[in-house]
Amino acid sequence: MSILVLLLITGVGLGALYFLVASGLSLIYGLMGVLNFAHGSFLTLAGFIGWEVGRRVGDGTWGGLLVGMLVGVVVGALVAALTELVFIRPLYERHIEQVLVTVGLGLASVALFEGIWGTDPIQIRLPAWLGETTDVLGANIPNDRWLLIGCAILVLALIVLFLQRTSYGLVIRAGVENRTMVTALGIDVRRAFTIVFAIGGAAAGLGGVLASVYYGQVSAHQGTSLLIFAFIVTVIGGLGSLTGAAIASVLVAVIQQLANFYGGWGDFAVVLALALVLLFRPTGLMGKVKH
Amino acid sequence: MTPILAVRGLSARIAGQQVVEAASFEVTEHGVTALLGRNGAGKTSTIKAILGLTERSGEVTFAGDRIDRLMTHRIVQRGIAYVPEDREVFSQLTVEENLRLAERGGAPRRAIVGELFPELLERAKQQAGTLSGGQQQMVSLSRALMNDNRLLLVDEPTKGLAPRIVGTVTKALEAAAEHTPMLLVEQNLQVVRALAHTVVVLSGGRVVHTGPAAAFLDSELVHRHLGVATEEEAA
Repeated sequence: MSILVLLLITGVGLGALYFLVASGLSLIYGLMGVLNFAHGSFLTLAGFIGWEVGRRVGDGTWGGLLVGMLVGVVVGALVAALTELVFIRPLYERHIEQVLVTVGLGLASVALFEGIWGTDPIQIRLPAWLGETTDVLGANIPNDRWLLIGCAILVLALIVLFLQRTSYGLVIRAGVENRTMVTALGIDVRRAFTIVFAIGGAAAGLGGVLASVYYGQVSAHQGTSLLIFAFIVTVIGGLGSLTGAAIASVLVAVIQQLANFYGGWGDFAVVLALALVLLFRPTGLMGKVKH
Repeated sequence: MTPILAVRGLSARIAGQQVVEAASFEVTEHGVTALLGRNGAGKTSTIKAILGLTERSGEVTFAGDRIDRLMTHRIVQRGIAYVPEDREVFSQLTVEENLRLAERGGAPRRAIVGELFPELLERAKQQAGTLSGGQQQMVSLSRALMNDNRLLLVDEPTKGLAPRIVGTVTKALEAAAEHTPMLLVEQNLQVVRALAHTVVVLSGGRVVHTGPAAAFLDSELVHRHLGVATEEEAA
């Protein structure tokens, strides 16, 4: 029983990390039809810069970590918005070129990060509490999972509030459904593009700092490995659906944890789940056919 | 009459295929100009080309200014409203959100929605995707009519609607046309007769006839260009 509780809660923790990356990917694809392969770079860069700033504020302290998280959010948002303005906007509606550019950015940025921070992962210091565990029904849950889960819930709530309560949120929700009609109402949907990129980048940036908490290190490849699972989550949840991304994140991570523990085939189980969804529900769990 | 919209040599392509070819016509500053033609004649593509929603070439002049190089949202912001074929309401948004999204400028005429389609006010919180076809058309028309426009592009507004709703929609269009010129794509010739003073007829993406609506509808040209009998012949 305690093992199952441990696997479930750690699975949800990992799912929280997947969600932080997948939420932006899903919104970006839903609104703009852009498969953003550079999303992992936002995460990695935010992770590095968040760590650099955080350790200078207070290495291994809560203050340092919180500042690092804030810096990660800001860096993620800025880099993502800049990417949209400089690289994506000139290629509006040219989806193949957009994919090529984002793939290129993803590859080039990893090389750049390796050039700056080296090829080996850098171990980081964290507040002591995060290295401890909490007993839940006999299972010793690593405390960092609570931080991941709390942050993901907060991000989900903030994005939902933004989408439901603001005029730009309304434009984004409409644009995810029918972008052409939004422009035909006289709305410059490109502003919404930049905002969605910035939101996605901010979530990924926070994910970058939290990934370093989860793995206990920062590395130039952190974003790339998380991006693969985030794409799987995005497809399973339904491209463009934030709720779908949230459900699929937890589902994928829990399946992965359980399959890893009971046979070491977690990654295979995730790919199998992806194949089943694509076969039987190609639009994903919460996806809809777009106009 | 002075044209509010002048189209010169407009061509449009969809997926590499030419769907409108060197079309030239004008929309007068008052009343309704009907754009007619058989299925596939290029009517919807012409409207979309005017709005920049499809690949196009040629000249489109609106109120004296060229708009054929502008992006769609800029064209609409100049005062051209679009009521698309098949309504295209945002099905996941509520009626109220659909209307709010369409508000442009400082003073949208929300009262007009209540005057023309009072039942929409009762359904303000309802998801637009759960409305009937007629109610969705009311939302689509309201989005266009509540702004202060200088031209309405209305594409098959009565398509697939029950006769009672066709009457409601026709009255709403008639009221709108009293103060805003309109380019109307419509298959229902009774509606065309009720609203239009001029017709532009397309065939194979080309303009094949332009002239007064009543004369066209009473002539054998209706049969030749639209494949239907005149109302007299039908009677």
